[in-house]
Amino acid sequence: MKVSYYPGCTLKNNAKNFEDSALSSLARLGVEVEELPRWNCCGTVFSLAADDTFHQLAPIRILVRARENGSDALLTLCAMCYNTLKRANARVAGDPDEMDKINQFMYREDTQYEGDVRVLHLLELLRNDIGFEDLSAKVVKSLRNLEVASYYGCMLVRPREIGFDDVENPTVLDDLAEALGAEAVDFPFKTECCAAYQTVTDIGAVADRTNQIMGSARVRGAEVIVVSCPLCAFNLDHRQKETVEKYPEFKGLPVLYFTQLLALALGAPVDDLGLDLHYVDPKPLLEEKRLI
Amino acid sequence: MRINISRTKIETEFVKKVEELSGQNLLACYQCGKCSAGCPAVSEMDILPNQIIRYAQLGLKDELLASKSIWVCATCLTCNSRCPKGINIAEVLEALRQILLRKRRDYVGPAELSEEEIGEVPPIALISSLRKFTS
Ligand code: SF4
Ligand code: SF4
Repeated sequence: MKVSYYPGCTLKNNAKNFEDSALSSLARLGVEVEELPRWNCCGTVFSLAADDTFHQLAPIRILVRARENGSDALLTLCAMCYNTLKRANARVAGDPDEMDKINQFMYREDTQYEGDVRVLHLLELLRNDIGFEDLSAKVVKSLRNLEVASYYGCMLVRPREIGFDDVENPTVLDDLAEALGAEAVDFPFKTECCAAYQTVTDIGAVADRTNQIMGSARVRGAEVIVVSCPLCAFNLDHRQKETVEKYPEFKGLPVLYFTQLLALALGAPVDDLGLDLHYVDPKPLLEEKRLI
Repeated sequence: MRINISRTKIETEFVKKVEELSGQNLLACYQCGKCSAGCPAVSEMDILPNQIIRYAQLGLKDELLASKSIWVCATCLTCNSRCPKGINIAEVLEALRQILLRKRRDYVGPAELSEEEIGEVPPIALISSLRKFTS
């Protein structure tokens, strides 16, 4: 199986550390992936309106690119890209009329899309193809004593048909943290929305959620929050600035991508982690734990 | 708040339009309230998710289209995943937004955002906000 990789826009910008740490980890695991030579933005959100064929075009074009790259599986890291691509794929694959309409619209493409590219999230690949037991055996620097709260948010788990874990009580990130030697901290807000794109127009709403989500993880002993979405990361990490302004008693935590922990445990050099892109500096914690 | 219900409102094109755009059968809702119980945005809503469905059944177009709720929803899909009747409430909210957006009644516009606001957020935030709140 040749796996093509779709980064999406934010992984080339604010979330470069997500991409770098993921690619470093994959190289260490001996998994070969190839970034699509050409790609466009997926649109970030799946279009919910029943008649909205138009906005399925962007994600479907990306799947055409994967086909042209000789792949039947497309790897994603960003939870929002994953959700949008997988839902668009399921929507057109289940509706021959819409598929036909889309192919007619893309008449200048050399490849007709047939709904046969599998959209894959890195967490699925780690759990299903490599397996957490085998992964555990490859850990060179155990994350022993690190208390990790896994925040799943929305797009990795909902809707049920698209997620690859329990919709109410997902554990894949916790299982990964444990495979890497860390302590998984369970908390009740792990699938509560961070307010997502409201961050552009309603920072107050994001501050409320960050206060609630992080506060809940903190009282349960978490030392770090782990995410798989650059928008969650922005809201939980960078918006701590506004959260403290609104809630002076708020105490934050560093926020890391799960791939940064993975890369660390697999022995990647600290340069691969991009630790300077965070608002709350995770270095003091990682130094205290003797992980960097 | 006084609300007038009437047969003419129930039988309007509006109710059909909401059902068509959302792909949902509004009458399937039996008002259990589970959607609102789990919605993280209720504290900012003027009409709660279960009430949205009720209002939509009754064709209360003016109230729904003026509602703050349709813009504070972040499409987290918690309501959808918990509805015992399998109704996709988030799709109904999307239909209401679309009815306004397709008349070019944008909720935000890039011109209204300052350079600072645009510069501080990642592309994923800006693109999703504009995708949800503009036509
Ligand atoms: S959860 Fe479903 S059935 Fe219950 S009030 Fe909401 S839409 Fe109606
Ligand atoms: S999708 Fe919207 S209405 Fe439904 S639970 Fe989430 S914020 Fe509330």
